Amino acid sequence: MKKYLALLLALAMVFALAACANNGGNSTPSEAPSEAPVETPSEAPSEAPVETPSEAPAENPAEGATAAFKLGGTGPLTGPAAIYGTAARNGAQIAVDEINALGGIQFELNYQDDTHDAEKAVTAYNTLKDWGMQLSLGSVTSKPCEATAAKNFEDRIFALTPSASSTAVTEGKDNVFQMCFMDPNQGSASAQYIFDQGLASKVAVIWKNDDVYSKGIRDTFVSKAAELGLEVVSETTFADGNDSDFNVQLTEAKNAGADLVFLPMYYTPASLILSQADTMGYAPKWFGVDGMDGILTLEGFDTALAEGVMLLTPFNADAEDAKTQAFVEKYQAQYGEVPNQFAADAYDCVYAYAQALEAAGATPDMSAADLCDAMIAQFTSMTFDGLTGESMTWGADGAVTKAPKGMVIQDGAYVGM
Amino acid sequence: MKRLSKQSRANFLTYGGVILVYVLLQLYNSQVGLSSMIQGLLIPICAYVTMALALNLVVGVSGELSLGHAGFMSVGAFSGTAAAIALQEVIPAAPLRLAVAMVIGAAFAALAGFVIGIPVLRLNGDYLAIVTLAFGEIIKSILNNLYVGFDARGFHFSFLADTVSDRLAEGGKLLIGGPMGISRIPIISTFTAGVVLVLVSLVIIFNLVNSRAGRAIMAARDNRIAAESVGINVTKYKMIAFVISAALAGAAGSLYTMSLSTIVANKFDFNTSILILVFVVLGGMGNMWGAILSATFLTLLPELLRTFNLDQYRMLVYAVVLIIVMIVTNNPLLQRTAEDLAERFHRKKPAQAGEGGQSHE
Amino acid sequence: MTFLSYLIQGISLGSIYAIIALGYTMVYGIAKMLNFAHGDVIMVGGYMCFFATSGLRDRFADGSVAQAVIPNLAGLLLAMFVCTLLGITIERLAYKPLRQAPSLAVLITAIGVSYFLQNGAQVLWSSNPKICSSIIGKGVLSLGQLSISHVILLTVVVCVVIMLALTWFTGNTRMGKAMRACSEDKAAAQLMGINVNATISMTFAIGSALAAIAGVLFTSAYPTLQPTTGALPGIKAFTAAVFGGIGSIPGAMLGGILLGVIETFAKGYISTQVSDAIVFAVLIVILLVKPAGLLGKQVAEKV
Repeated sequence: MKKYLALLLALAMVFALAACANNGGNSTPSEAPSEAPVETPSEAPSEAPVETPSEAPAENPAEGATAAFKLGGTGPLTGPAAIYGTAARNGAQIAVDEINALGGIQFELNYQDDTHDAEKAVTAYNTLKDWGMQLSLGSVTSKPCEATAAKNFEDRIFALTPSASSTAVTEGKDNVFQMCFMDPNQGSASAQYIFDQGLASKVAVIWKNDDVYSKGIRDTFVSKAAELGLEVVSETTFADGNDSDFNVQLTEAKNAGADLVFLPMYYTPASLILSQADTMGYAPKWFGVDGMDGILTLEGFDTALAEGVMLLTPFNADAEDAKTQAFVEKYQAQYGEVPNQFAADAYDCVYAYAQALEAAGATPDMSAADLCDAMIAQFTSMTFDGLTGESMTWGADGAVTKAPKGMVIQDGAYVGM
Repeated sequence: MKRLSKQSRANFLTYGGVILVYVLLQLYNSQVGLSSMIQGLLIPICAYVTMALALNLVVGVSGELSLGHAGFMSVGAFSGTAAAIALQEVIPAAPLRLAVAMVIGAAFAALAGFVIGIPVLRLNGDYLAIVTLAFGEIIKSILNNLYVGFDARGFHFSFLADTVSDRLAEGGKLLIGGPMGISRIPIISTFTAGVVLVLVSLVIIFNLVNSRAGRAIMAARDNRIAAESVGINVTKYKMIAFVISAALAGAAGSLYTMSLSTIVANKFDFNTSILILVFVVLGGMGNMWGAILSATFLTLLPELLRTFNLDQYRMLVYAVVLIIVMIVTNNPLLQRTAEDLAERFHRKKPAQAGEGGQSHE
Repeated sequence: MTFLSYLIQGISLGSIYAIIALGYTMVYGIAKMLNFAHGDVIMVGGYMCFFATSGLRDRFADGSVAQAVIPNLAGLLLAMFVCTLLGITIERLAYKPLRQAPSLAVLITAIGVSYFLQNGAQVLWSSNPKICSSIIGKGVLSLGQLSISHVILLTVVVCVVIMLALTWFTGNTRMGKAMRACSEDKAAAQLMGINVNATISMTFAIGSALAAIAGVLFTSAYPTLQPTTGALPGIKAFTAAVFGGIGSIPGAMLGGILLGVIETFAKGYISTQVSDAIVFAVLIVILLVKPAGLLGKQVAEKV
């Protein structure tokens, strides 16, 4: 029996290998996934953000209208981290639809699933490379992005990651850029902010022990706090598989007399911490980072629990400006959910690409390596206004400089601090 | 005598098959060119095949259900990779450094296998399974809190909190950064090295299975009490299989990690252990050819499904395929038909040793 | 005081593990299979309760008794109904064809079912987390400095009730006796005129209904609901079932509560970073001393 099964498997594999090899040898555009360009934006193009670079006179409208830049990205579309990957893909898709509708620069977007795993991310990246990717959106999460960024560097394909924030992503690679803050900046900025505003003297930190993002912010927060004389009285952790029960961590913070709890984490565990603290009757000040954004739009979340929570975030879905509102409306219409910061970051990435390509006079027939050089020159010199910040600039190390907005939640909405 | 020669003939067929596939793939790549996706998958596939072979030794040959084999893979991955980075200046030649790293990874994993084997092999059945699962989780937890640095004065260690970074001398490197794992790993693994590892694993396993020790292991699997009654030291022989399996898993871990530029301990969790178990069960327990094929097939399957633009349905399809394959291959009617067919092809076929694994409870 | 509050937190966490472990143990005892999809049935139960409560809550006047009772009751019943149906369907489609197959093949199939449920839930309900409201509100019972939330009290009570009911059921009813017969020897049970297939289906139905209750309580205590919500409590509960002696009903309860308490103490007194490692280390030590778990039967091996 086993022999026949083996034979069957072998046949299937040989067939599959052959099929794949052929398609990789000479990848023709007709084989490209058709998902991206077909969807037409439901909104009229005039609703597009006013400051979009594409309104500037197009230098080469002829080529731009016929061919498209192949834009690829990887992110977790399935598995426990799928919220981040799907949000980024959706955000990028909206931006691509908007830009394509303007008729200038055209993009073709292809997002591949990496299930938040470095090995899968490399495979997803290679799939995109076979497809003919010219510009990359990197990976959505940090660790997979470290793996794909190394490939980006090796293959000379420019990458602008929406949200992979660890330093190892960009370090030593001249063609990998970030749209989000680098982790260390957030930690020290938070400590500085708490100190400057005199928010607390005793601070507790709860962080995620097996997460690069959380660990990176915690490290710089703690060292900056020590420098400033903020006392960290309690430091507790959680990890995957241990991320539903926070009673012990909260009891410890409470007993240590912390009057502010710093939460360098994403909003899902943060929502549990807030509700369990409420049940315990513990009400310190809460301070979060950009991962906390999204907590108010969690389906079923009692926003009263988040009353008074402070966070440093570059984006919030409740902002009053027309750009953000148009984006949120469009996102809700297409995907039935309120976008989080990942979606906004990815949206900005596509617009930043559009602006850079426009300025460089790049055409879709250029090779990835040529585009890479042009993009490096553009990104290190340009200034970009997006949903997640005004007048962003990039250093040669790929890190973005933008001002985080201090927000406080009042009556279920963000209010600037 | 005849049976033995038949066995070794089958073994040589397996070696030949692996080499043939390697040569064909290399030829195809140089003449036509493989897609980058397939090229990128070659090393992980070799690592998974080695893992499947290693686990097959424990589950199929020795008859112990291990749910924590990814733990050994991670021990090998972290120790081997850290060694490779530390030895960068001492051994400039990448292939040699890779070989040394894999040996170091295998040695550490074998040590872990020995230490864990002492309590584990006293248990049996599902209790053994849960203890291996527990050890896998413990290893993951330890690696998530371990910091290792290296400088001119040697290695520095710390646990729970990172005190290593401060103690490092000028030019020192933080090799393992707790939950951050290892970053900026030089990519030195090659497909050739992977195939060599698979061949070495096959040689080791086949020689073990066909030796006195191998027969003792299988006797203990089929009936522990009977084996003990004829004077076989069951624990000793099971330990041999367990330690060899752990060592191979460690070498596979080193190979795997050095094909990616980054690794975290969380990669080697319960799900990875289960994934490898799926390879072994689908390939047929104790059947090495089956393990090679199913590891390759199941690693390729979800990636090949990308071509169909299934998007979020991709893993759903994977799950359905997995269930259907298990049901179909275990269908009694189908099994009987297949056996009838086999009988018609060569009459009087002796029962394969590989089928014995089926009796495992 | 800290000790007592850790103890109470541990017992509450442990009671949830215990309810899940009861389902594991039932299925293992009778079908002799590790149903890895059990945790994902819990997740489905949580989603069902979420949809029922959030859909019905607005239809009643705010603050009325009807609003406090009807949506939650409907949520629980819907969860139990759907999960029971799901459990029977899974058993029919995926496990029944494998009745004669080696147990490892069934294990892999169960893992396939688990992947299927997780990914199916993601496709149907998206991966964005949903926050469940507790089914009995946010009340707190204060005893001096100690405060115990109503959810914790409810969980502990439900857990004990279920354990007693199951013990009575397997000991005294016809179906219960048939289950025990099947768990001893399927072939002999069949010869005695017991419908083995029906008995196994019934076991899955009960196990899945328990999973639904566990799902509702779990999401009440820890309100974030995602497609992967069930996976980790599932593994923890599996550990708990082995802890107490898999196949034993009081064992599952004891194992679950001990696991919760050890986990909480390890977090509180040693380190939150290695609490899981400590839990598993204790498990290993217990299994070495009592290889069949705390209350498991040590079956003599026949030659």
